[in-house]
Amino acid sequence: MKKANVLMIIGPLLLLGLFAFPLWNIMLGAPQYPEPLGMNIHITGIEGASEFDLQNIDGLNHYIGMKTIPKPGEMWEFDIFPKVIIGMVVLGVLIGLLGFYGKVGYKWFLGWFLLMSVLGVVGMYDFNEWLTDYGSNLDPHAIIKVTNADGTPMTYKPPLLGYQKMLNFDVTSLPSIGAYMMFVGMTLTLVAAYMGWKSNKSMLKQESKKAVTA
Amino acid sequence: MKKYTYLVLGLLGFTALLTSCGNGNQGKSSSGALNSSNAEKVYVAPGEHDEFYAFMSGGYSGNLTVYGLPSGRMFKEIPVFSQFATSGYGYSEETKPMLNTSFGFVPWDDSHHPDISQTNGELDGRWIFINGNNTPRIARISLTTFETEEIIEVPNSAGNHSSSFITENTEYVVAGTRFSVPVPQRDMPINEYKGNFKGALSFISVDPEHGHMDLKFQIIMPGFNYDLSHPGRGKSHGWFFFTTYNTEEANSLMEVNSSQNDKDFIAAINWKAIEEYVNNGGGTKMPANYAHNVYDESTHTATSTMKKEVLTVNPLDVPGAVFFLPTPKSPHGCDVDPSGEYIIGNGKLSADLTVHSFDKMIAAIEGKKFDGEAYGIPILKFEDVLAGTVKSGGLGPLHTEFDGEGNAYTTFFISSEVVMWKLGTWEVIDRKPTYYSVGHLMIPGGNSRKPFGKYVVAMNKITKDRYLPTGPELEHSAQLYDISGGKMELIYDFPTHGEPHYAAGIPAELLAPKSQKIYKLADNKHPYATLGAADSKVVRDGKDVHIYMSTIRSHFTPDNIEGIKVGDKVYFHVTNQEQDFDVPHGFAVIGANTSELLIMPGQTKTIVWEPKQVGVWPFYCTDFCSALHQEMQGYVRVSPASSNLELSWSLGE
Repeated sequence: MKKANVLMIIGPLLLLGLFAFPLWNIMLGAPQYPEPLGMNIHITGIEGASEFDLQNIDGLNHYIGMKTIPKPGEMWEFDIFPKVIIGMVVLGVLIGLLGFYGKVGYKWFLGWFLLMSVLGVVGMYDFNEWLTDYGSNLDPHAIIKVTNADGTPMTYKPPLLGYQKMLNFDVTSLPSIGAYMMFVGMTLTLVAAYMGWKSNKSMLKQESKKAVTA
Repeated sequence: MKKYTYLVLGLLGFTALLTSCGNGNQGKSSSGALNSSNAEKVYVAPGEHDEFYAFMSGGYSGNLTVYGLPSGRMFKEIPVFSQFATSGYGYSEETKPMLNTSFGFVPWDDSHHPDISQTNGELDGRWIFINGNNTPRIARISLTTFETEEIIEVPNSAGNHSSSFITENTEYVVAGTRFSVPVPQRDMPINEYKGNFKGALSFISVDPEHGHMDLKFQIIMPGFNYDLSHPGRGKSHGWFFFTTYNTEEANSLMEVNSSQNDKDFIAAINWKAIEEYVNNGGGTKMPANYAHNVYDESTHTATSTMKKEVLTVNPLDVPGAVFFLPTPKSPHGCDVDPSGEYIIGNGKLSADLTVHSFDKMIAAIEGKKFDGEAYGIPILKFEDVLAGTVKSGGLGPLHTEFDGEGNAYTTFFISSEVVMWKLGTWEVIDRKPTYYSVGHLMIPGGNSRKPFGKYVVAMNKITKDRYLPTGPELEHSAQLYDISGGKMELIYDFPTHGEPHYAAGIPAELLAPKSQKIYKLADNKHPYATLGAADSKVVRDGKDVHIYMSTIRSHFTPDNIEGIKVGDKVYFHVTNQEQDFDVPHGFAVIGANTSELLIMPGQTKTIVWEPKQVGVWPFYCTDFCSALHQEMQGYVRVSPASSNLELSWSLGE
């Protein structure tokens, strides 16, 4: 039971990596940009992969009428996400600690994991919504208006995950270190839940044995 | 059927085996020196980079060109001593002070001998220095921005030719006069040259942190012609060597009258002794007037200061600091090998090279074995300092470089060849023709303690039939030799720009990683900078009108300007707002009597426009900056001088 508790404490703590490392990374390469431009999406805001990348992405995007990349304070997410993460870390560590005293068990561990998963999915959904708005809510006076083969205006939503060719740009969107730390952390809590469930089962067996011999 | 397939597969496999064998052999042969194709050796595939930078002086272009080796591709022309309409250098308000001298604005010079800064005798790639020969000047160029940062005029000098060579830790950049002149200048008969004219050798200190130059002292030498020079290195660090000709002190028909003495001199200067002398208060302050021009990267602006005094040293006042080494036949190049032991005098009217020994020189000085004196300066005995003679069989030796493997390479102008010979044994190892009449040659680092002896570049004076003809005027030719195989192999031939005299080469890995990409707008301290489009404005100050203009892909702010009048002096202060690598904007306005501006990201440049005619006049971006470059334009309305129209400016209204 002890090991499971330790894992249940370490797992949520790994989420703190999101404050140091980006959650997601989008790189934009083009013939004119052999060294691609890039944005690192942190839970606290968006930063350029290099010092002037955001300015340069905005500069290019103004041709196709995209809005500028939001600064922290321009999106509620950058305010709420850190609080949610802190909340989940505190909750997770608390569950782990209480586990030592036998106050809570593996069901709580699993509960934390499921709650985190739901929040993660909601977060990804929200992120995707923003990407869609960012890429398709275009200035009607845009300098360059490109239409698809079917006559509809071309939109520029970057992929949520993976690679996409957009005009002259090769866009690659992948999770970054912060996200990987979060995935590992969540997995640890799942392992903790499994270990807790297993030891609980064997304890029950022993108890039932005792009952029989008694 | 199945068997048949196996057979085919088997055959294919066999063929593959054969092919791969063939490739293997090819790979092997390309590592051998003589069998591989020369094309392969100089071929730098698309997108690949050269192994070396080569900085070639522009000669009468006054500038410095940057090439890649082995490809021979030219990357940039760096404006130094000449106005350069391409970028606005010498035309823009910021850079006009760079070309200021005691003679006023001098928009041209003749640049000869680039030399890269060194630490412990090895190339460190911080700066490159080059001399202006005609109106004596020394320039310092940054090797992070590849722009000229500083120019200092050299007083009491004329024909600044034995320049700009640096000491082993870049303590000094040294500038010697080729033409002796009255010092100080005065009205006197030319034929009283002998004994009255003087030759100034200038030691310009280099601030180790910023590179700023300061003329620390001048040695006022007898009135010979100080032709070329090189620093001692290693054990001879602290000495400097200058070849001389016209020790006859002739003042007319020099080609005959300066060629009478069988031997001229190499002047050996113990600059450390003289430095100590001046540090202890020695020397005489002489009134002078010379310009010191410094470009400040943060203000993107140069300032010119006139200096009024120079510290001169009479060599007779520092006993044991200056000696003459007799050297045959009007020596031209003066080259010191990587160990610092051998000083080579390239007697240009001779077939042979004279090699002096530093150790022997010191022994002769200590033994006080003198063979008379010239104007009080002791002359050492030729035999006492001679290390050896290279019987080359060539004619007209000019310059020698070293490969760091114990070999030396000397150019022969008259016989048009490069001769490779061995230091110490003086035997000739190889010789290869040049096309035609070679001047200097260059091995990357070949003038340091650590040469990178892979290539020799020969820079020729005559081109004739080497390339497609372009009328009477031709660019000069250069040849590239591979010396990695123990002999010289001619592998490439390419035209150069201007008239390269000397060149300096350095491994790309020492420079490329620190090459600057942009200027940070946040660090721009230009007094007329427009740091954001919102700050753009137009301000009238009497007849002067200052336009604070910003550029970003793809518009000027403002792009409509009214209220300018005939007779105004309009300053376009243009700031490039881009912070993206290789996105300059240009600026040109109709009828400007100056040039265009080419403004790098984060930079501010200013051009003056004096409208002479009423009308509405366009300006536009000259650099194809973006897909909307053609739209990057604007108008200035010019009203009659008597107009009362108020200034106004706008964008998108």
